[in-house]
Amino acid sequence: MTTSLKQIDLDWKPLALVPLLALGVLPFIGSTSTWLTLTVAGLAMGMIIFIIASGLTLVFGLMDVLNFGHGVFIALGAFVATSVLGGMADWTGSDQLWRNLVAIVPAIVIAMLVAGAVGLAFERFIVRPVYGQHLKQILITMGGMIIGEELIKVIWGPAQIPLPLPEAMRGSLFVGDAAIEKYRVMAVIVGLLVFATLTWVLGRTKIGLLIRAGVQDREMVEALGYRIKRLFIGVFAVGSALAGLGGVMWGLYQQSVVPQMGAQVNILIFIVIIIGGLGSTGGALIGALLVGLMANYTGFLVPKVALFSNIALMVGILLWRPQGVYPVANR
Amino acid sequence: MSDSLLTLSGVHTHIGAYHILHGVDLVVPRGQLTMLLGRNGAGKTTMLRTIMGLWHASQGKVVFDGVDITAEETPAIASRNIAYVPESMGIFSDLTVKENMLLAARKAQRAQQMDETRLKWIFSLFPAVEKFWNHPAGKLSGGQKQMLAVARAIVEPRQLLIVDEPSKGLAPAIINNMIDAFAQLKATGTTILLVEQNISFAKRLGDSVAVMDDGKVVHSGSMQALAEDTALQQTLLGLAL
Repeated sequence: MTTSLKQIDLDWKPLALVPLLALGVLPFIGSTSTWLTLTVAGLAMGMIIFIIASGLTLVFGLMDVLNFGHGVFIALGAFVATSVLGGMADWTGSDQLWRNLVAIVPAIVIAMLVAGAVGLAFERFIVRPVYGQHLKQILITMGGMIIGEELIKVIWGPAQIPLPLPEAMRGSLFVGDAAIEKYRVMAVIVGLLVFATLTWVLGRTKIGLLIRAGVQDREMVEALGYRIKRLFIGVFAVGSALAGLGGVMWGLYQQSVVPQMGAQVNILIFIVIIIGGLGSTGGALIGALLVGLMANYTGFLVPKVALFSNIALMVGILLWRPQGVYPVANR
Repeated sequence: MSDSLLTLSGVHTHIGAYHILHGVDLVVPRGQLTMLLGRNGAGKTTMLRTIMGLWHASQGKVVFDGVDITAEETPAIASRNIAYVPESMGIFSDLTVKENMLLAARKAQRAQQMDETRLKWIFSLFPAVEKFWNHPAGKLSGGQKQMLAVARAIVEPRQLLIVDEPSKGLAPAIINNMIDAFAQLKATGTTILLVEQNISFAKRLGDSVAVMDDGKVVHSGSMQALAEDTALQQTLLGLAL
């Protein structure tokens, strides 16, 4: 009988995957300090991928739109950051953290605003004419990304541009023998902040409630009197802005940017949202952490299979849960 | 003020290549409970979806409270104080019962802002809604989901309540609960349009009735007149009420 229902029905198994993977590889790595370094690097990479993927998974889940052009917002965010930070060399060159932050914070805000604004135009002119037509969505959004990349080359040039870390964010912290890069710790903190904000908005506000309901059943949300298309445009813009933030973080992580960086990260993002379950931000976080850890562990242990490791991870997860670890949108 | 709250005149609806409604004429009197009867495939659900703008009429007119809403989008139609419960119930299974109710309460941003007196009344009609308030709606039984679907539709006062087969698959005790709820709603002056296959349910609640067949309304009148005319029942429905 239903009286035995639990109020919070937490599915803990996917949550256990991240520690299981991390602890499972420890015997193969041997050295605890190397393992700790790799684990923090994997978590940092995962958090940056999560920031990028979180917006896309909502767009995917909410409006059933296959946006293969999401990568362009990553590149755009990163390139905008090179321009902003390039003009603030005095601030980024300082060894005082607060002076670095005075440069980084506006760079992030401007990158997010530009990516969000371009996202609005992308939705209006590229995505909107092809709602409900998956094949056309794939073709036109990939086309949009190619055009975006070319426009980036027109503005910033085709060559790789360095995006050095601000002075105070360079170097490592030492935990025992393990060296943990300061920037990676920062990336984990930013990722957690984004996750906490998204969790709060989705779980505690009416807008979040509408987004979660819209992911499940758009038609019923409209029948309750809400204009879900407007909501979608907002989610698309926020998703693009988050990709812009992820682009800044990724660029600083790599310490350089290239116009093709969005396309390079795109495949990882799609692996993440497929592992997580379309429309699930919690699933995207788990997927991103697994992908980040897997890339770092296999890169260290068996570099030749590193390229395939995340595909293998996705296949393994889908064999276990065909709709991802936390399926939301049942389409 | 007109006696009818909702009027459909010569409504045709196509779904892809299929022509489902063939010139539906229907009048839903204000403040009454209108039953829509008909066998499976007669076009009842299509008519409700056409009223809600989920499918658009290819010809004809849908007029609500004196305003032509034929070409309006679903959110605009729903915002005219119309609540709709589809046959699938439209419950958001990943959300809690409370969150499902809060979504329908358009004026409230938080659960605490929902009308407490009205909630208490809803809880008295459907105790399961209160009992499972913080539980995921997907875990409820079929009957409890149906109660939640109707409760959600009436969380704020609406001029018109449209419900597609509320008694489908429900146990007799829950059907009685549902009949009581609709009777109380009717007493508040809410106009109700119900699609039903359960004839005794229809007979106990209906003020007026429309019978559909092959995408058209083939009979409309008072429920009582149909209930008393065995020959007409046989002709229209193939059975006696």
